[in-house]
Amino acid sequence: MDEQPRQLESYTAPKDVLDELTQLAEEEDFDPFAETASKRQVASRQSDYQKRRFAIDRDGGVSKDAFKEGEDGEGEGTGYKDAMRLARLEQEEQRVKRAIAEKERKEKEEGEKEKMDLDKTPPREELEAAAAEVATIRKKRRWDVGEPAAADDAKKAEAPGEWSKEALENAAPKKRRSRWDATPADVGAGAPGETPKRSRWDQTPVAGQPSTISAPILFPQTPIPGMGFMAPDGDKNNRYLSDEELDAILPSAGYIICKPPDGYAPIQNAARKLMMTPVPQFGGFQIQDESDAAAAAAAAGLAPELPTEIPGVGSLAFFKAEDAQYFSKILKEEDETELSVDELKERKIMRLLLKIKNGTPPVRKTALRQITDKAREFGAGPLFDKILPLLMERTLEDQERHLLVKVIDRVLYKLDDLVRPYVHKILVVIEPLLIDEDYYARVEGREIISNLSKAAGLAHMISTMRPDIDHVDEYVRNTTARAFSVVASALGIPSLLPFLKAVCRSKKSWQARHTGIRIVQQIAIMMGCAVLPHLRNLVEAIAHGLSDDQQKVRTMTALGLAALAEAAAPYGIESFDAVLKPLWIGIRQHRGKGLAAFLKAIGFIIPLMDPEYASYYTKEVTVILIREFQSSDEEMKKIVLKVVKQCAATEGVTPSYIKQDILPEFFKAFWVRRMALDRRNYRQVVETTVELAQKAGVAEIVGRIVNDLKDEAEPYRKMVMETITKVVASLGASDIDERLEIALIDGIISAFQEQTTEDQVMLDGFGTVVNAFGIRVKPYLTQIVSTVLWRLNNKSAKVRQQAADLTTRLAVVIKQCGEDQLLSKLGVVLFEQLGEEYPDTLGSIIAAVGAIANVVGMTQMQPPVKDLLPRMTPILRNRHEKVQEASINLIGRIADRGAEFVPAREWMRICFELLDLLKAHKKGIRRAAVNSFGYIAKSLGPQDVLSVLLTNLRVQERQSRVCSTVAIAIVAETCGPFTCIPAILNEYRTSELNVRTGCLKALSFVFEYVGPQSAFYCDSVVTMLEDALTDRDLVHRQTASTIVKHLALGVAGLGCEDSMTHLLNLVWPNCFETSPHVIGAVMDAIESMRVALGPGVLLSYVLQGLFHPARKVREVYWRIYNALYLGAADALVPFYPDLGELSDERNVYDRHPLQMFI
Amino acid sequence: MSSELRYTANTQTEHLHARYTGTGHADVTKYDWLTHQHRDTCASIVGHPPLASYLAIADGESIGRVKFEMMERMLQPCGPPPPKDDD
Repeated sequence: MDEQPRQLESYTAPKDVLDELTQLAEEEDFDPFAETASKRQVASRQSDYQKRRFAIDRDGGVSKDAFKEGEDGEGEGTGYKDAMRLARLEQEEQRVKRAIAEKERKEKEEGEKEKMDLDKTPPREELEAAAAEVATIRKKRRWDVGEPAAADDAKKAEAPGEWSKEALENAAPKKRRSRWDATPADVGAGAPGETPKRSRWDQTPVAGQPSTISAPILFPQTPIPGMGFMAPDGDKNNRYLSDEELDAILPSAGYIICKPPDGYAPIQNAARKLMMTPVPQFGGFQIQDESDAAAAAAAAGLAPELPTEIPGVGSLAFFKAEDAQYFSKILKEEDETELSVDELKERKIMRLLLKIKNGTPPVRKTALRQITDKAREFGAGPLFDKILPLLMERTLEDQERHLLVKVIDRVLYKLDDLVRPYVHKILVVIEPLLIDEDYYARVEGREIISNLSKAAGLAHMISTMRPDIDHVDEYVRNTTARAFSVVASALGIPSLLPFLKAVCRSKKSWQARHTGIRIVQQIAIMMGCAVLPHLRNLVEAIAHGLSDDQQKVRTMTALGLAALAEAAAPYGIESFDAVLKPLWIGIRQHRGKGLAAFLKAIGFIIPLMDPEYASYYTKEVTVILIREFQSSDEEMKKIVLKVVKQCAATEGVTPSYIKQDILPEFFKAFWVRRMALDRRNYRQVVETTVELAQKAGVAEIVGRIVNDLKDEAEPYRKMVMETITKVVASLGASDIDERLEIALIDGIISAFQEQTTEDQVMLDGFGTVVNAFGIRVKPYLTQIVSTVLWRLNNKSAKVRQQAADLTTRLAVVIKQCGEDQLLSKLGVVLFEQLGEEYPDTLGSIIAAVGAIANVVGMTQMQPPVKDLLPRMTPILRNRHEKVQEASINLIGRIADRGAEFVPAREWMRICFELLDLLKAHKKGIRRAAVNSFGYIAKSLGPQDVLSVLLTNLRVQERQSRVCSTVAIAIVAETCGPFTCIPAILNEYRTSELNVRTGCLKALSFVFEYVGPQSAFYCDSVVTMLEDALTDRDLVHRQTASTIVKHLALGVAGLGCEDSMTHLLNLVWPNCFETSPHVIGAVMDAIESMRVALGPGVLLSYVLQGLFHPARKVREVYWRIYNALYLGAADALVPFYPDLGELSDERNVYDRHPLQMFI
Repeated sequence: MSSELRYTANTQTEHLHARYTGTGHADVTKYDWLTHQHRDTCASIVGHPPLASYLAIADGESIGRVKFEMMERMLQPCGPPPPKDDD
């Protein structure tokens, strides 16, 4: 080692360069949409509760159409009786499971004690017992699985539905599946023809899949040639290397390929091998066959790219890996002549669906129309068999869901009563939309269910949804209740009422009562005041629930009453008579959640009452409320606050009562630091306190909390400040006496100074209170201003910004108090701050200077305007929107009020800067800039400004040109048209098209703004208009027509008929234009001629073509005639032609009254 | 401009026009158009008192009578509608 010459370290690029390169490489892979992509998926956004739809098995299969039975005897599918039986079975199953679990738990607890002493390994007997149990259950499960032959049968009868007759008989044992189903072996043995069937117990990954397709079928026994075995999750990065790939990687010499041992069989059951969720590759009900292999390969992601070109479909906007499983049948070419009619139909539906789901908008549109037109031809079964599984896909995205729901909607409309057998299937898929977080999804869900109920009819809807009403799972009951409320709104509450009454009184299960009452609640929430006609009936239907044995039912009843009262407000108190007593008794009996619901109901009912009753009942409830002030339960706190707010707002509750009985306890319980920490509590407390202040008065409330402005907890100070702000803003400060005034100002200043995060709340509070005090604030101004000044020089930009914002709010009050000294001091300091580098802060500072300039006036302004403006010129170049807006406002103000203090040259400089502002995105900025041109031109004389603006017509940007034309028009308006029109006419002579159009546009604005003054100029512009109206360019003629319109309206009645007639003759031939903007402008011009020349003249033009042989001509002329007629029907009377000569023996067309004369 | 506009902007005004009595279209008959003219004439006379009194003087009737007759006339000012062609 030592002998070797020392090697120099190789020279390489510095480390930071290398780092940057790797970073660049990483950035290239970075997908900015990765995050949003997952967000687009509906499932990825949903809460656990919403995702329960994947876990709950509700596939009811095809149901019987009771109305059809007379026609074809044995209707297909299951009827209401079967559905109810199954529902009961499921409940029983649930009950047994609970009992078993309970028993096991007990045994375990007892066993544990024993085991403590015993050996750690479980006793042999236990193991044997478990094995025996497994064996017995296996035996039972034979129903579920079926012998191979039975499975074959199932295959042959295409989708027999598991509710077919035999299946039904077997349903009982089958339903009694236990958690043992979850083992993969069972899943593997599942009959392929079986519709997916899951229970809540299926927590293991495989069984949790939307479709329980057995793994061996899923992954072909024979490996796809050349592909090797692939990983089940469809991710091509995870698949195994194929032989070819291995050959390519490994050297050919020196290696041999080992034969696997004899007994080896690769584990086919992927789920057991890899504990990851496999994508269900092949949707629904088909068996994987040889010819599907290619499609399967594509589906698994083996194909290098997903196809965007499908045979028979054309190109698509996108194609997801998940789509392949649903559309595998149409992904490959096949000989259509060999397919049966049904298969062809199926493929046709799939193609259309794929086009709708993944196609570009035009493709989607035609496909949607086709599927709608042929809906009855396809039939409900084949359609929904394809659509519904797509909607249950986990990776579904918003857009896809929207489109599929749209398909259902359209198809429903066409299928009408054919849809009956599928109502339950559709409901299972659509109901989750009703609890979606997205408003539009909820609306879509409602629309579908409402259409569904109109198509299927009330009776069928009820018999379909009845079994779900006492479903064991709360999720199902919840969505069913919502669906029922939609049905009620679609078919009317009265038709559903008898059913509702019966359900709410159900003796069999409390779940049914609970759901029934919840339906009423949802009806109230959804229909709002439309419940009023049925209010008494609805209240009566649920009233008895207040004294139910089950606490949940009582709670739901109270919530239902609350919803009804909220919907009915302010009417309908008489309907609640029956429940008042139980409610008020109930609040004395119950505690906890139940009490909270009762209080909520009371809170909504009290505002409906007459004042004296409200006062009485409020007193009754207050005792309980005050007791519950102490409650530690968050939910209870919120409800108590809300009820206090509602009670305080009612007329009957007197201020003295609030002051004596409520306020002391209220402040003790809620005005504590802890309440400020939770956002929702905070808001509730503030709102309630503001409501109490409306009754109790400013002084009472502010006096109680003012000292807390100096509290050490900042969130609490903020809460105090916000409350004071709102109370003072709504009630003013005149009630506040001198002592409180001192305390308040002192508190506010200290709270403002103490804040660590600069908050809008503090700023608003300061501004509101000081403005409310007005002149009373004078003694404190010195202190306040010194605070502001000190903060204006703070290190933090945020603090400086806030101080500037505060100055903006204080300026008016300081002026009111006559403290001009302070204002100029502030002005000077702010002026010095104009070098600020943070744009947000700079914007605030400029706005503050503007506010001071506003109240002081230009002459007294300190610093003088002539110093201020040159300082602003460079700032105008700042691109920040806030800065731009603030500066343009200030400059416009100066130009308007004090232009004479600034030299002309400075103004010209500003003019050039202003041109840039015409490009601003914000309309307010552009408008302010355009107006500033007017002010500047007024003080400088128009020539220079005009030449700047006319030159600007040559720029490329359209927005800039348009704004320039407006500015020219404003200059013309402020300085008189004679200053501008010659310049514009002169500029029109240039050959550049943009400039000429700009000139026309400017003229059009000029004539629009100057109105009757146009009379002096119309002869001057006629020649130019002649030229423009005979131009080949459409836009020219369009703009010229607009000019003619404004001109004609301006000169009406001012004796310019000769030139107007001339212009009408030039405009008239354009009435056959078809381009929408052009024809619009031309029609407007013609209509304004009606005003300028009178309808008679126009009528004589129109008469020429009203009965023209060519329809195209007649149509246009009649349109003009109609406009003319609507504008001046009465004035046309004397001008109608005398058509007496057309009279015949039947009709007389002479207008005799007009032929009389004296 | 946009195709949207082509379909909406102008058809809408036409639609609006069609909602008023007295407006016409490319296939209006002579009888319909003239009936509307006559009704407008009558309405105009009833609505302008000087015109009504002028007619009253010319006719030697009271103004009220003239107005009444005009009103009556508005029902079928030009006589019964021409028979409809069956084809």
